[in-house]
Amino acid sequence: MNQDFVNTLLLTGRLASWTTVILFIIGFPIAYLLAYKRFFLKAVVEALISMPLVLPPTVLGFYMLVAYSPQNAFGRFLAEHFNTRLAFSFDGVLIASVLFSLPFMIQPLQNGLTSIPKSFRETAYTLGKSEFTTFIRVLIPNMIPSIVTATAMTFAHCIGEFGVVIMVGGNMPGETRVASIAIYDEVQAMNYQTANQYSFILFIISLLILTLIYSMNGKKKIFF
Amino acid sequence: MLKIDIQRSMLTSEGKTNLKVCTEIQSNELLCLFGHSGAGKTTLLRILAGLTTPDKGRIVFNDTVWYDSEKKINVPPQRRNVGYMFQDYALFPNMTVEKNISFAQKEKDKEEVDKLLTLFDLGTLRNQHPPKLSGGQKQRVALARALAAKPNLLLLDEPLSALDFDMRLALQHEIRKAHEVLNTITLMVSHDLQEVFHLASSVIMLRNGTVIKEGKPADVFSQSTEWKSRMEYLGL
Repeated sequence: MNQDFVNTLLLTGRLASWTTVILFIIGFPIAYLLAYKRFFLKAVVEALISMPLVLPPTVLGFYMLVAYSPQNAFGRFLAEHFNTRLAFSFDGVLIASVLFSLPFMIQPLQNGLTSIPKSFRETAYTLGKSEFTTFIRVLIPNMIPSIVTATAMTFAHCIGEFGVVIMVGGNMPGETRVASIAIYDEVQAMNYQTANQYSFILFIISLLILTLIYSMNGKKKIFF
Repeated sequence: MLKIDIQRSMLTSEGKTNLKVCTEIQSNELLCLFGHSGAGKTTLLRILAGLTTPDKGRIVFNDTVWYDSEKKINVPPQRRNVGYMFQDYALFPNMTVEKNISFAQKEKDKEEVDKLLTLFDLGTLRNQHPPKLSGGQKQRVALARALAAKPNLLLLDEPLSALDFDMRLALQHEIRKAHEVLNTITLMVSHDLQEVFHLASSVIMLRNGTVIKEGKPADVFSQSTEWKSRMEYLGL
């Protein structure tokens, strides 16, 4: 197997893993706020988080490129203070990927939290437990299928990401050239055998992840 | 002693109404809140637990102010130390019977857990998870868990409503036991006249958010011809 092929797959895995880890950390607090708290403009926040489900990836990619440009505030701030350029870099693609995968992590977590009876939380509070203890000891253990779904869907979605990556990262081997872009590239170059190898691996990974999700959902816990 | 003087607007199936309760409950009382659906019984329990905030008023438990709208005091549920038993029992499915009980303890005390398991005849079920228990077993675990926290006040929201008649009779005994172990005030929501006569030392009868009668069960119900005939029918 040639080194380029392996590097592309490793880069794809790296991007999907980092995106999933970052979203797992920031996704829980956001899902908790959306599930249990009422605040001003909550519907707008929910709509913004769900936008990647309906928005063409190129739209987000375009706005990310605009934001990263040193001619604009965010890009200029990064260039001046950190000497960093995000357009056409792995970090730039990673940030875009995190934003684009937000709903895949947050929606299952939010659904998991809201499906737990309110009386569980309230009982824990009357037993003197803080919101944090209740979250760790009562809520998380009772929403494991939702956590698996959220993590697996985010990972699977990242593996298949194309539009955002090509807009923000282009096609730089070892930096931004992930498997989905490599397939497109190999087909353009009429290297159908390599395109087939990439496609087959992505097909198998996606199938395994979705099978895992459906088998977990089949064993969903019954509260009563 | 528990002093309650609160008001809270409620939305019921018959429209908007106002819950208005002003009463004093003596220590060691086992008090039943009696009334039709939407009368405000559960809302009152939730207000006492700190899970629902009244619109105005004052709640004082043994010289400790739990709620005072004028002084803007509202002690959160975590610091009121009440044992609240929900209608669905709210047992945590991820924990065994034993873990459900020990989770409630402020300081881990295995001996105390063993004592409660024995008291409520749960010894053989200690390693079972709640979804595998029957309604009556769940109720006993929920009572044991409420006691494990050594609460100041025991609040039971229709604890027997999900059970059949025989089980109800058997578990009334468990509730009395829980009340005696705790040696404090127990407030229990009930629709069942027989249950009230078997358990309660006093009754508050609510209608559309207002206390219409309170006192000893025999006094409260014998004043009304509607209830008097039902009492006679049940041989109470």
